[in-house]
Amino acid sequence: MAEPLLEARGVTKHYGHVLALDGADFTVYAGEVVALIGDNGAGKSTLVKTLSGAIRPDRGEIFIDGQPVRLTSPLDARGHGIETVYQDLALAPDLDAAANLHLGREIYLIPFLRVLNRAAMRERASRAFSDLGVRLPDVSAPVGTLSGGQRQSVAVARAVLYASRVIFMDEPTAALGVVQRERVLGTIRRVRDRGISVVLISHNMPEVLAVADRVEVLRMGRRVARYDAAQTSVEGLVGAMTGALEVRGSSTPDFPNGSTPPPADAPADSADGSARTVPPGRGSAPTVPPGRGSAPTPREAPGDSDGSDQ
Amino acid sequence: MTRDTRPAAAPPGAPDDGSGGNTERAGAAATARRLARRTITTNESWTIFALIIIMAFFTIKRPTQFLTANDLSLIAENASPLLVMAVGQTFVILTAGIDLSVGSVLILSSVVADDYYQAHGAAAGGWLTVIIGAAAGIAAGGGWGALQGFGVAKAKIPPLISTLGGFGAALGVGYLITGGTDLGAPPKPLSNTIGLGSVAGVSWLIVISFLVTLIFGLILAYARFGRYTYAIGSNPEAGRRAGIAVDRHLIKVYMLAGALSGLAGLMSLAFYNGTTITGHATDNLTVITGVVLGGASLFGGRGSMLGTFIGIFIPQVLNSGLQIIGLNQYWQEVAIGAVLVGAVYLDQFRRRLQDRGA
Repeated sequence: MAEPLLEARGVTKHYGHVLALDGADFTVYAGEVVALIGDNGAGKSTLVKTLSGAIRPDRGEIFIDGQPVRLTSPLDARGHGIETVYQDLALAPDLDAAANLHLGREIYLIPFLRVLNRAAMRERASRAFSDLGVRLPDVSAPVGTLSGGQRQSVAVARAVLYASRVIFMDEPTAALGVVQRERVLGTIRRVRDRGISVVLISHNMPEVLAVADRVEVLRMGRRVARYDAAQTSVEGLVGAMTGALEVRGSSTPDFPNGSTPPPADAPADSADGSARTVPPGRGSAPTVPPGRGSAPTPREAPGDSDGSDQ
Repeated sequence: MTRDTRPAAAPPGAPDDGSGGNTERAGAAATARRLARRTITTNESWTIFALIIIMAFFTIKRPTQFLTANDLSLIAENASPLLVMAVGQTFVILTAGIDLSVGSVLILSSVVADDYYQAHGAAAGGWLTVIIGAAAGIAAGGGWGALQGFGVAKAKIPPLISTLGGFGAALGVGYLITGGTDLGAPPKPLSNTIGLGSVAGVSWLIVISFLVTLIFGLILAYARFGRYTYAIGSNPEAGRRAGIAVDRHLIKVYMLAGALSGLAGLMSLAFYNGTTITGHATDNLTVITGVVLGGASLFGGRGSMLGTFIGIFIPQVLNSGLQIIGLNQYWQEVAIGAVLVGAVYLDQFRRRLQDRGA
């Protein structure tokens, strides 16, 4: 079971002589919300851009459904059912929600002349919003006139409309008020429940714990820990992020619950991805037994992601 | 926003979410309010309003002279090459660009065409000659525009500079070809039809310019090309991430502006029965003024062809009106200058207002 839906192994990326990713690993299972956390400069954005095809890594491999893939452009990633909601949302403020939703993927009335079918696009947009439980006062109002939360909803709805497998969301709640934040988190859960995995990049630890099924921690360009959200705490996450909980090793050290912290050269990998990191030297740190039955994730429905692209 | 002036065609099922949880009963009222607000904030409604005021003023002053059929057709005829150039300029400005080269490209195109005509029988040339020369002239304009577009999109030269360079260079090339003196009359078939002729009582110049406005207005409002133009002007990065070939689209837009200037060149060539190489130095400013008066935002993403259409005619109508009431027509320049600055201020103000509301 539980072959990762999307997996990155040993991804390295240099920007000049800045090492943004240093052999980073990352795993997404079908139908889960996985949070990708890390301090500023840990390489989260670079990793997301790599997985969404926006940049090409210097080294490393990406697997989708266990098959190695090359993502040379965002269009490649999209072809695999992977969508990204960027932090700056990337909406055209003068276009209405329906137009933004279909930008680059217009519906035509007369395909030959590229004449747009605006009614069909509006209708599809309305349906997409109501599916997500999003209330927009007016789908034909320019997006620039909407509130921050509503704009966020438009960006998310666009991703949901086209993603069949994974949606990356980069700080989706950063600019939002409390109510709107709750709404976006609700949306994330709803998306997950439709069988689409969500990768949530966030700085907000309570939020991460509230919505994520799993958490992967990035520090200095590599994955340093993986947790089950249900069994970790804000302190544990912050510790792993900042390095207060030292986890060392060439890759993700995976070792079973109760074992002693590994030496510096922890086993590089235990490819099945089911075991979880235990930050050493921290009794309260969350741990997950290697047995997978008790873990809430990954969901045991590999078929979930397929055929549920509506 | 401005292009979305479709009447209460609120899509079935779209607005019934109400605003903020209102029931459907309130939905209709909300829709009406929204429509009213949009009408007020839409630039082109102001433009139409301004034109109506101006017309009303002069009509009351001189009911028998102003806006007679003759007067109207004269105004439209004079404005027709400007209108054709303004159509292209609208696309350019919607992408947050600007095209200063239009007048020079008009000259270049008319010179290229007329140079061919002079070498092929001049006024005695036939229809085939007319068509080949016209194609050459429009192609020259389109090519020139594409070159400028390449500078903007690929070389990342600011549009102001790319087209300012093009403005000077196109004029220079025109002078080089002609040696600095205007070329003679084009073939009769051209000057007798487009130049002087009319269909069903309407001058060919007017027919062509209105048709061009209509066709490209429809493309702008209803076709993918138009939507991408708005999207790129609104947020090029959003377009890029949505998979739009932004650079290529920009080049196409500048090419369109160049080709339409070429068409305007042919219209001018036919109308004046020869090139007019000294006559278009300020066409670019006239055209840009019209487009901006029509509500297009220099920051891109907002504007409409209807607005441009009206915007182009405001200075012309004002001019004609002032002449008729016997006021010094130079007042027109003063008035237009003031209105232009006011229009841009209004646009800024509206933008701020909207951003705050967001």
